[in-house]
Amino acid sequence: MRGTGQPVMIGYYLDLAMRSLKRNKVLTVLMVLAIAVGIGTSMTTLTVMHVLSGDPIPQKSADLFRVGLNVFPDDNFRPGEEVPDNLTRRDAEALLRDARADRQAMMSAGTMVVTPAQGDPLSLESRYTTADFFTMFAVPFRFGRAWDRGDDGSHARVAVISAALNDQLFGGRDSTGSMLQVGSQSLRIVGVLGDWSMNPRFYDLSNGRFGDSEQVFVPLATALDLHLATSGTMNCWGNNSDEHAADAPCLWLQYWAELDAPSTRVAYRQYLHNYMAQQQQAGRFTHPGQIRLLDVMQWLDAKGVVPSDVRLQVWLALGFLGICLLNTVGLLLAKFLRRSGEISVRRALGASRRAIFMQCLVEAGVVGLAGGVCGLALAGLGLVLVRHQPTDYAGLIRMDPSMLLATFVLALLSSLLAGLLPAWRAMHVAPAVALKSN
Amino acid sequence: MQIAPILAALRKHRLATVLIALEIALACAVLCNACFIIASRLSAMHVESGIDEPALATVQLTGYDPSQSVDVDARALAALRAVPGVQSVTLLNSIPFGARRGTAGITTDAERQHFGGVIEFYVGAPGSLDALGSRIVAGRGPRPEDFQPFTGFMPNEANVQITQALADHLWPGVDPLGKEFWMLKSHYRVVGVLKTLVRPDPPGWTPQERLWSVFVPAQPGPYLTGSYLLRADPKEMPRVMRDALAAVARALPEVVIDRDASQTLTDLRHETFRNDRIMAGLMLGVIAALLLVTALGIVGLASFWVAQRRKQIGVRRALGATRGDILRYFQTENFLIVSLGIALGMLLAYALNVALMQVYELPRLPLAYLPVGALALWVLGQLSVLAPALRAAAVPPVVATRSV
Repeated sequence: MRGTGQPVMIGYYLDLAMRSLKRNKVLTVLMVLAIAVGIGTSMTTLTVMHVLSGDPIPQKSADLFRVGLNVFPDDNFRPGEEVPDNLTRRDAEALLRDARADRQAMMSAGTMVVTPAQGDPLSLESRYTTADFFTMFAVPFRFGRAWDRGDDGSHARVAVISAALNDQLFGGRDSTGSMLQVGSQSLRIVGVLGDWSMNPRFYDLSNGRFGDSEQVFVPLATALDLHLATSGTMNCWGNNSDEHAADAPCLWLQYWAELDAPSTRVAYRQYLHNYMAQQQQAGRFTHPGQIRLLDVMQWLDAKGVVPSDVRLQVWLALGFLGICLLNTVGLLLAKFLRRSGEISVRRALGASRRAIFMQCLVEAGVVGLAGGVCGLALAGLGLVLVRHQPTDYAGLIRMDPSMLLATFVLALLSSLLAGLLPAWRAMHVAPAVALKSN
Repeated sequence: MQIAPILAALRKHRLATVLIALEIALACAVLCNACFIIASRLSAMHVESGIDEPALATVQLTGYDPSQSVDVDARALAALRAVPGVQSVTLLNSIPFGARRGTAGITTDAERQHFGGVIEFYVGAPGSLDALGSRIVAGRGPRPEDFQPFTGFMPNEANVQITQALADHLWPGVDPLGKEFWMLKSHYRVVGVLKTLVRPDPPGWTPQERLWSVFVPAQPGPYLTGSYLLRADPKEMPRVMRDALAAVARALPEVVIDRDASQTLTDLRHETFRNDRIMAGLMLGVIAALLLVTALGIVGLASFWVAQRRKQIGVRRALGATRGDILRYFQTENFLIVSLGIALGMLLAYALNVALMQVYELPRLPLAYLPVGALALWVLGQLSVLAPALRAAAVPPVVATRSV
């Protein structure tokens, strides 16, 4: 019998499993429901977690580094405290001038008021940055191009706008060369973005972590000239009248460097250490002057970008799945042992313990798959509910193929796991005793 | 009812007993912690603000250069004051449950050695503290000469009112009046104590920290502009708010009204606790599903045991046991198993709480939750065993005489 091969036997076990499941419908439904509810809640929370902790820029995330420098004067330095996220304008401009990375950009978020040709003034989310931003973050362009380093240097009155704003103001036509009225000044549109939004918005997590990208991009030097309002954390020490001044003791600029090769990463780290040593010698501080260089995923991890409520939900859902599985173990045990008589007959007719074990596992697997299908439906329902919650990430939550597959793997694995113990017990039923007692 | 025979029977079904007990234990752990999370979210949602919320609203303006603030504020205040039903309009930088513009760390000494915590500075123009309706319990309110013009983030020097909660935190057991604190080099002297005044963003803080606020009197200017606090009769509020927004849009067509932030304080409060409401709802759902699954498990296994013991039940009935005896047997059995699960579950609940405390800064689980969780599971166990036990009690004595 063993020689005739497993496929035939698996088919037979499947047949047996279906018969057995049909015989006791209530118990079967209970088991399938328990697994479905456990899988449904777990997959809902895991999908949310999966989406939120995803890599926003997979092709480049290992090459992009957020730069942090601890330039606090000794008065404001607390040993053991983390290196601040942002740089002062003085340091950011120094690093940018040296340009030791393959590409680099400093930036800040802001809001600006644009007066369209017709209608009320619009308050728009904006980003003030330098030319490399667009190549570094692989930003696609629908029309025109980004501004270049020369424009940064000449404080050019130019802007790049998002596709959404282009649709809103110019009806989707190529608006490059048109002017954008900002207060009494005007900016020439040089580029229109394609569809582009980073979720999470890793390059600046301080202004809403999820959602659409900014609507207007302006050279930082130009934005400073025009006194456009910045937003985000502004951490200052000492007295200062203008927090955006070139030498203001304020941390407010995000700084990113693209380092494509491992050797440049080592060299860049060394360069930052040297820079900090120079600053120390110049008398800005006496503490060791730590640096921090994190790639995109390390950075997201360090900032805890997944909301803690979402993590908490995952833990609770997994605990709940555990309860559902224990429940299934109990029910399967009851089911298999109730069939002691039938198992004994099969054993007496020559079935091996292994065969009984396999038969029981197949039955558990069938329950698991059925639970997985129902669980998937429940997870779909759960995700619809999540999408209707008023959270900033609600619109992003989708189930992708990998999570779909994971659902079935989880369902099958957990049901097989739940089936192990009952199957083990079933295969050790002593045929003689069971037959006699009947 | 004798317990010894039940224990003997359970010993024969060790595996199933342990499984149910484990399930109950896990359910107990999740139940206690989920209930606790719900309770802490609810308590956050019901934080006492210390202000006349129903009578207050805010209008937020952006999109103009700070150098124009005098002109913009004058026109906006005139437009808002002209709206029928508006009792007062004043400038206040941060708004409870709304805009947050004055969060900063303080020290209780000029040398910045003793860190006092991160607090909220409500910088307000004359009349704003009265408009809030925050009650002064000690010392005095701001005097006209306390309101001084300033430049930068905040006045460098001021006589301020702090909340009782902040006073208790900074100077426990000491009269806070006359005490001083510093924010970098800026220096503040406490002249009054407010009963309570909530932060703009209470959900992110512990229950004590939520109330760490200070009121700093100041004159409007480039750094205190565009953030207005309106007071009106609560009954007229929706109409007043509509008219106020329309009036500002008419009077200042060139500035932008931040409509998301310009709302009544009642609406802002509702918005502020949106995530907590979602979380509490989710937890309720988890609890319901959890209890259901646990009950189903007990029903399933108890039914199996009843079916397995039909013959023994028949014998017991034939030997003179009443239906009540059989019923009580299964009820007692369930009680014992659930109790075992609860004993284990309490330890597990505590361990889970300790783990959650470390990762999510959850407070310690109050012990009162344990007996409540236990009671809930006992009741659940008894309810779910009832149907199978009644079926067992219905087994007729004649079963004993049948061979199969």
